[in-house]
Amino acid sequence: MKWIDYENAKTVDEAVKILSQSGGKARPMAGGTDLIVQLRVKDPRVDADVVVNVKDIPELNELSYSADKGLTIGAAVPCHEIYNDANVIAHYPALIDSASLIGGTQIQGRASLGGNLCNAAPSGDSIPNLVAHNGVATLAGPNGTREVAVEDVCTGPRQTCIGKDEILVSINLPNPGDGFGANYIRFIPRNEMDIAVVGAGVSVNIAGGKFTAAKVSLASVAPTPISVPDAISALVGESVGDGPIQKAANAAKEAAKPISDMRGTAEYRKHLCEVLTRRALNTAVERAQGGK
Amino acid sequence: MPTKTHVTTTINGEQIDFLCEPRQSLLECLRDVIGLTGTKEGCNDGNCGACTVNMDGRIVTSCLVLGVEAEGANIETIEGVADGSNLHPLQLAFLENAALQCGICTPGFIVSSKALLEQNPNPTEHEIRFWLANNLCRCTGYDKIVRAVQDAAKRMQEA
Repeated sequence: MKWIDYENAKTVDEAVKILSQSGGKARPMAGGTDLIVQLRVKDPRVDADVVVNVKDIPELNELSYSADKGLTIGAAVPCHEIYNDANVIAHYPALIDSASLIGGTQIQGRASLGGNLCNAAPSGDSIPNLVAHNGVATLAGPNGTREVAVEDVCTGPRQTCIGKDEILVSINLPNPGDGFGANYIRFIPRNEMDIAVVGAGVSVNIAGGKFTAAKVSLASVAPTPISVPDAISALVGESVGDGPIQKAANAAKEAAKPISDMRGTAEYRKHLCEVLTRRALNTAVERAQGGK
Repeated sequence: MPTKTHVTTTINGEQIDFLCEPRQSLLECLRDVIGLTGTKEGCNDGNCGACTVNMDGRIVTSCLVLGVEAEGANIETIEGVADGSNLHPLQLAFLENAALQCGICTPGFIVSSKALLEQNPNPTEHEIRFWLANNLCRCTGYDKIVRAVQDAAKRMQEA
């Protein structure tokens, strides 16, 4: 690995100060499960001289819920804490779909959803799920904090709208309300520990037998995880049933712009978008109707 | 500016001080600086689990931890699993069930399995396989490893 300096920031302000003074050559590190590998293989997209540990900053370790504010997930909270958290289990069970399949046990002890978002891989397993939960990212920089919808954070493969002098502090998932259900599923050729060929994160709100809100987001089918507005409009206002779900799944297939690579051809991936979106919506509906 | 950082940590119950460069992984520090070579290097990118150690109660791949992050941490490696010359039930079960051939993955499997049995003393086969998904073995085909973990769980419950 090339030479790096290591800084251990104890506050958000301190981290921002180190980032601002480094001339764009510092990178925040939470679990490090992507960053350390990228530094080791000298990934040209990660041009860092300084690694700033952010795991000792209180705001980045917050994992709290209130009916008002919803769920606040500090950017450094590891997956392991998310799927063992009573509030997540009670109010956001679908978040566990992602947190429990990113890497294996060892990775889940370190890797955070915040890091998954900042890494901005097209295949990031938590990103469609955070989008499905209407996630909002809080960023801190030299000029204070700002909020960005999770679906607007990724701008390209491994690229985000987060400035080099900014850090992700937390992700907020608003209270999903009654009649909510969500699901994230992915297709991989192995049973565990693989990169998604396609991932689908969806959510629905159901009231009086009709879809009152919906989200459909896909991973691994475009330069960034994408949202599918046509799938949402196929659902909202319609009666819950196979017809609108199939229309939404077809819209997902249409919206996908995958490449062909060693994990799958573009044609195969488009087919998977339809299948996975349909299955995820069916599970989300079941969860919305069954309470979980 | 000093090129090395002083780190104070606890490894297998013993306080250890060492010097490392910030770019060195915990795995490199364990093997090359401290001389604890029981922890193995496999892929060096977090996939194979050969370098698994327990850090503050959670298993991690030590190739994906910086040595400087060990400051103040409580680390257990394969060297801390046996009680002196008395092997841990997992070690006995791995030996008696022939759950290893070349052995390079074994320290990682034992450290991972120990953490599993500490939180789930009677895991199902599915739970064992799911927990150990981040540990790769290219010799055994896993069946003997899973049976060894089940055997160790039984021994520990009877003990």
